[in-house]
Amino acid sequence: MRFKDVFSIIGPDMVGPSSSHTAGAVRIGRAARQFFGPLPERVEITLFRSFAETYRGHGTDVALAAGLLDWDTQDERIPEALQHAAGLGVNIEFFPAHGDFAEAPHPNTARLRMTAGDRTMTVTGTSIGGGNIEIVGVDGFDVRCSCSYPTLAIYHDDRVGMLADITRLISQCSLNIGHMDVDRASRSGKALTLIEADGRFEKELVEALRALPGVTSIRTVDLTG
Amino acid sequence: MRFTSLEELIGLCEQEGKPIHRLMLEEQAKESGRSEDEEFAKMASYYAVMKEAVSRGLTQDTSSRSGLTGNDAKKVRSLVEGDASSLGGPAGKAMAYALSVSEVNASMGRIVATPTAGSCGVIPGVFVSMQEQYGWDDTHMTEGLFTAGALGYVIANRSFVSGAEGGCQAEIGSAIAMAAGALVELRGGTPRQALHAVGLALKNSLGLICDPVGGLVEIPCIVRNGFGSVTALAASDMALAGIRSAIPSDEVIGVMLEVGANMPERYRETAKGGLAATPTGQRIMSDLYGKPKKPGEEPNDEHSGG
Repeated sequence: MRFKDVFSIIGPDMVGPSSSHTAGAVRIGRAARQFFGPLPERVEITLFRSFAETYRGHGTDVALAAGLLDWDTQDERIPEALQHAAGLGVNIEFFPAHGDFAEAPHPNTARLRMTAGDRTMTVTGTSIGGGNIEIVGVDGFDVRCSCSYPTLAIYHDDRVGMLADITRLISQCSLNIGHMDVDRASRSGKALTLIEADGRFEKELVEALRALPGVTSIRTVDLTG
Repeated sequence: MRFTSLEELIGLCEQEGKPIHRLMLEEQAKESGRSEDEEFAKMASYYAVMKEAVSRGLTQDTSSRSGLTGNDAKKVRSLVEGDASSLGGPAGKAMAYALSVSEVNASMGRIVATPTAGSCGVIPGVFVSMQEQYGWDDTHMTEGLFTAGALGYVIANRSFVSGAEGGCQAEIGSAIAMAAGALVELRGGTPRQALHAVGLALKNSLGLICDPVGGLVEIPCIVRNGFGSVTALAASDMALAGIRSAIPSDEVIGVMLEVGANMPERYRETAKGGLAATPTGQRIMSDLYGKPKKPGEEPNDEHSGG
């Protein structure tokens, strides 16, 4: 089910004018920021198809900027988000994709390349309507999640028993996994696992997961609050 | 959720002797892991935002950033409150209120997407005007939003609710269907009658394209919200009078999916076809963005910084 519950239909509570291009864009930006962690110094945003055609009029640009600042959809400062970002030293550039380059999985797709110091991360998200989103790629890994639930992103080595170790720790916290997606760059290479759960990932659990052999880094993404 | 089609939803309601809103609230609490009271309170807060948007658009300046639209809801309300209205009081009010919320949205004000921001006027227009008409309390209205949400949940998962995916039929069409079905239940109709209202309403917007001028949620979106609220009232009257949707509502949703999937991209929120591509639409586009864009031509590849 792409739309999970009644509030994905009635809702979100948001600042206009477009749920796909404004509220959905806020949530894509916010998910990207939480996947990345710190405030990025530089963000290159590629916009595809409908996003590329109409982003100015819908405030898609200010909305993505608001999300990168970790603001929510109803924040009445959204129209001024680009100025806020600039004031915080975040340099955001927009590149509407056209021609052959414009192939994207969904009419409303944005790819955010975030940089801070020597760290870089790319997150691709689609806005599927009514303010609901899907993350469809992180750093070249073909992984998906809806961000409708608390989400964990675990970068780890591709090894026997890795997922068993991860899920065992999660189940010991009586936390139920609703969705999980795994992709690896190569056999026995680097892998990324996304896990959506029915409750929050507490700090102790995240630390325990971080301590597992083969886990290189871990992030929590939570747009549910 | 225990239902994926409207027929399943209504079947459960009939088996368990529950209205749609009751079943939806129970399912929602199960799905979210939160209590029914918490979920109900959240929906009640959304209704408060809707009412606030109605009154904002009738009392404050709603000029949009583009300057193309704003402040028309006030004019419509003045006319329908006088003797000059063809529609008459309640329907005229629904129309004025729907326009009001839609203008608030276009001016970057606060609204609730129902199911989208482009169609955010229909449900508040219908709900707030009918609340005044029938003297219902906010609890009753909040229940109605659960009904609307249940109907929309099925439509969204079986087809789509965004203009970029399915054209305006997916946005305004879904909103009208949700409002119509919810109003049937608010007025004491059966789940079965609400189901028929959805099919009747949805059939009337099949094929509607999404062709916003300049890519903005303004022209024709705002007036379509106004028209949509009136259509929803009509569909609820038809269903309560006993008209049935001869093609089952689930099948009508299937048609919406088929039509939207076959709709050329220029009619799906790209601002490249329809009203957006008219000479005037193009002129507005060039006034807004500096350079004209012909239909089918690649737009300018400008980079805009922060």
